[in-house]
Amino acid sequence: MPTNEELKKIASQVRRDIIRMVHQCQSGHPGGSLGCTDYMVALYFHTLRHNLPFSMEGKGEDMFFLSNGHISPVWYSVLSRSGYFPISEMATFRKINSRLQGHPTTHEGLPGVRVASGSLGQGLSVAIGAALAKRMDKDPSLIYVLTGDGELQEGQVWEAMMSAAHLKVDNIIVAVDRNGQQIDGPTKEVMSLGDLEAKWKAFGWMVLHLNGNKMDEVLDTLAQAKALTGKGQPIVILMKTEMGFGVDFMMGSHHWHGVAPNDEQKDKALTQLEETLGDY
Amino acid sequence: MLSDFPITGKKATRDGFGDGLLAAGQQYPNVVALCADLVGSLKMNAFIKVFPERFIQTGVAEANMMGMAAGLATAGKIPYTGTFANFSTGRVYDQIRQSIAYSDKNVKICASHAGLTLGEDGATHQILEDIGLMKMLPGMTVINPCDYNQTKAATIAIAEHQGPVYLRFGRPSWPIFMPESMPFIIGKGILMQEGTDVTIIATGHLVAYAMEAVQKLKEQGISAELINIHTIKPLDEEIVLDSISKTKCVVTAEEHQRNGGLGDSIAQLLARKKPTPQEYVAVNDSFGESGTPEQLLLKYGLGPEN
Repeated sequence: MPTNEELKKIASQVRRDIIRMVHQCQSGHPGGSLGCTDYMVALYFHTLRHNLPFSMEGKGEDMFFLSNGHISPVWYSVLSRSGYFPISEMATFRKINSRLQGHPTTHEGLPGVRVASGSLGQGLSVAIGAALAKRMDKDPSLIYVLTGDGELQEGQVWEAMMSAAHLKVDNIIVAVDRNGQQIDGPTKEVMSLGDLEAKWKAFGWMVLHLNGNKMDEVLDTLAQAKALTGKGQPIVILMKTEMGFGVDFMMGSHHWHGVAPNDEQKDKALTQLEETLGDY
Repeated sequence: MLSDFPITGKKATRDGFGDGLLAAGQQYPNVVALCADLVGSLKMNAFIKVFPERFIQTGVAEANMMGMAAGLATAGKIPYTGTFANFSTGRVYDQIRQSIAYSDKNVKICASHAGLTLGEDGATHQILEDIGLMKMLPGMTVINPCDYNQTKAATIAIAEHQGPVYLRFGRPSWPIFMPESMPFIIGKGILMQEGTDVTIIATGHLVAYAMEAVQKLKEQGISAELINIHTIKPLDEEIVLDSISKTKCVVTAEEHQRNGGLGDSIAQLLARKKPTPQEYVAVNDSFGESGTPEQLLLKYGLGPEN
């Protein structure tokens, strides 16, 4: 199992991959990808019990669903860096004839992806379905989901929250990327989410909090969440992150939600991110 | 010939779905069912009684139901979703498009109370656009069976088929005339009556009316050929083209908008391969209203006389 320090090194490389992928095709979503990097690295390189080669049905292993599909760069990087497909394929991101579509899809057969996402609000429902299948099959492994916070403005998410509690889906761990930003500005200005802890609790969930840009906290909280599974209630982690984390000029605003860096900005960003595993 | 299809009774196509679902559940251990608060209307109680652990009540939350079905399919189950056709399609179009069709999920979207024959509840619930919506989705199979027996057979047959399916059926008690033993082959039309003057291609409830129309035409000295198209996508092109080469004209009949329905699929086929004069028995760019099924079909031009 990689140490905390080793995970931080992987995270640095993943952040380089994100910047380089988005720069290369001059499109994509670097902000949320950078913010969720520590969580995704902790999950794929430490917490998730997953097997290669990839199996769609995921029997006997944990499954991950990315609901906010626009942060595909971070997912593609951790998938390839953990062996799902060659790292050289990252160079095809968002280009014609690529398996690395702008938003993740099963359609091109990319290993690691189990459902298309991008149109927001759908991933939690799909994950609950997979969790119910595991329960029917008496498979004790777990389902992990990542959603955005702006995404919670979609009504389907609340349908899903209600159903998970009612159906006592206790083999699911949801993380909400609480970066407080969305395309048009801060979430509190665009459409306030209010007291998210109170809302999830009122819907019957156990709620944990986390600073998602501190690797040790991510690992501890994921361990705590795992320990709470199997107790008749679904679990959510409200994960505070900073959009653009790791690149100083991308942090602290919604500007870098869906904007690619130019050559100069890319070079500046890469100087802040150590190349630890070798660029693709 | 029509004499091979005697009317043996009357039952709703949704009863065929309910009985077919139970049979599919008995035959395939991976079949599971979901329903958005319409268990009685969809006749799902028999399945639930035998397989309570394989049924998920989703409440009135169809978007979430479609997503859960996609997740169940991901993990290897064969989920059948049950609600009215209106809430099975238009209400959840994006969920079906992204999480089911684009994601190649083996979900069976089972839609009752389609079309005008839903009756008294009126136009809010009488979807007449669902075939068009579903057939436009790449990879989606669209099936609209005509009676109890065909619906039951279709419900069982779709479990064998790998990929998303839209299965459309209805509310009213309706004549049963398809032989119980007839196998259901997805994508294969059924020649019910040979004729030489005109081809009638019908789907769903209107197959029964088309049978009446064939008799009436015969009395007028017109020899009509009747094709029962239960699978609108993929369309059985061969049976249509073979018939048209003989009769040189066609009437399509369906309980759906003219735009986007079976007639539209037939017109596209003929325009490409064999341009042929065509008449449509379909709803012409209009919403429905409250009334009995028979009154509505007559008022909107879908009766046997049309």
